[in-house]
Amino acid sequence: MSEISAEEWTAILLSLRIASIATLIATPLGIAVAWLLARRDFWGKAALDAVIYLPLVLPPVVTGYLLLLTFGRKGLVGGWLADYLGIVFAFRWTGAALACGVMSFPLLVRPIRLSIEAVDRKLEQAASTLGAAPWRVFLTVTLPLALPGILAGMVLGFAKAIGEFGATITFVSNIPGETQTISAAIYSLTQTPDGDIAALRLVIVSIAIAMIALIASEILARRATLRLHGY
Amino acid sequence: MLLVDVEKQLGDFRLAVSFTSNGPVTGLFGNSGAGKTSIINMIAGLIAPDRGRIALDGQDLDNTASHLHMPPHKRRIGYVFQDARLFPHLNVRQNLDYGRRMNGLDLDKSADPRAVRLLDIVLLLDRLPAQLAGGDRQRAALGRAPLAKPKLLLLDEPLGALDESRKAEILPYFIRLRDEASVPMVLVSHDANEIRKLATAVVMLKGGKVTAFGGVEILPKASF
Repeated sequence: MSEISAEEWTAILLSLRIASIATLIATPLGIAVAWLLARRDFWGKAALDAVIYLPLVLPPVVTGYLLLLTFGRKGLVGGWLADYLGIVFAFRWTGAALACGVMSFPLLVRPIRLSIEAVDRKLEQAASTLGAAPWRVFLTVTLPLALPGILAGMVLGFAKAIGEFGATITFVSNIPGETQTISAAIYSLTQTPDGDIAALRLVIVSIAIAMIALIASEILARRATLRLHGY
Repeated sequence: MLLVDVEKQLGDFRLAVSFTSNGPVTGLFGNSGAGKTSIINMIAGLIAPDRGRIALDGQDLDNTASHLHMPPHKRRIGYVFQDARLFPHLNVRQNLDYGRRMNGLDLDKSADPRAVRLLDIVLLLDRLPAQLAGGDRQRAALGRAPLAKPKLLLLDEPLGALDESRKAEILPYFIRLRDEASVPMVLVSHDANEIRKLATAVVMLKGGKVTAFGGVEILPKASF
């Protein structure tokens, strides 16, 4: 096994960047949605629940195509964003981050929702009798107590984002240096004669990234539990 | 002056109570299932009455006629729960300080150490609730609610989890709180002795209704 080539490094770093940004932007949104689903009753809640989980069960190529129709240069939202805000998703790394964010969203939301549901509402009531407004109850009681679940959701979301393939390649194609993530690079290499060794190197790298993410999440969750419950 | 005149249907249980109290300490006395906790949950704003009015010192907190239901955090009504409800991620010191922070109160250098000394929790300040025994946890909770400087303090069986010697130690703290800080209190208990020692007015409850109202002399003589 020779050394990792410059092109492979590009794909690795791009994947890390796309997955990190997708996770960082999806997390606050995921916390908000998880809180809504866990703590509020409203009209259309069942529909919101279903839409969020849709990317998990739809063929990724369908999600990617829908993203292309919506956020493409000629899409309803994509056209508006490009014309008025100068934000372009189609065939850019930003589009890859969007696809990864959408695809990983259900995996990110679920543990956060479960951990918010597990927070004892009696503690939230106690906080309100001590003068905490609902948003401060959320920030000082609910959020810290749900922290292990939030970290778990972030790691799951990140792991999904880094491995995302179908929706990304459909939406933003497979452009080296712009949208070619590790998965897309492996796919290209397996289609190339003599690409096997390079593909194997990237396979090992992706296994390593996944392992590091899982171990990190385990350590973080254990620390959070220790901090929260003292054991 | 506290005015309570409410009706509430809770499953099969119907609560319909009406009383006013001027006493520094109003005791709600009755067996379990009489509706004591539901009443103070309504005073705290944690549940809303189906019909009626709750007012404190002339200000309406609940009034179904005008669709008023003031949320708990705006009422400035402290609550000592039966089950302590300390925040598990905060140590005892941070739990005690929580109400002051949420209400934007200045650090009161005299109140904190006094409560800490009276409740004998100095050694517990840096511990997390999970590291405390039940009685210690309850004492920390007893310190937390008054430190938020409430206009009214609700106490739901506050000494229930403590043994007799601890009860005897902590009762003076409440008597001082009653006499010095002039924080009016509503004390829920099924223990006539406890109510007799602290309360100045008594509301007797049975099956969701007020059966008697008066001074401590209306309490059953031979207590259990």
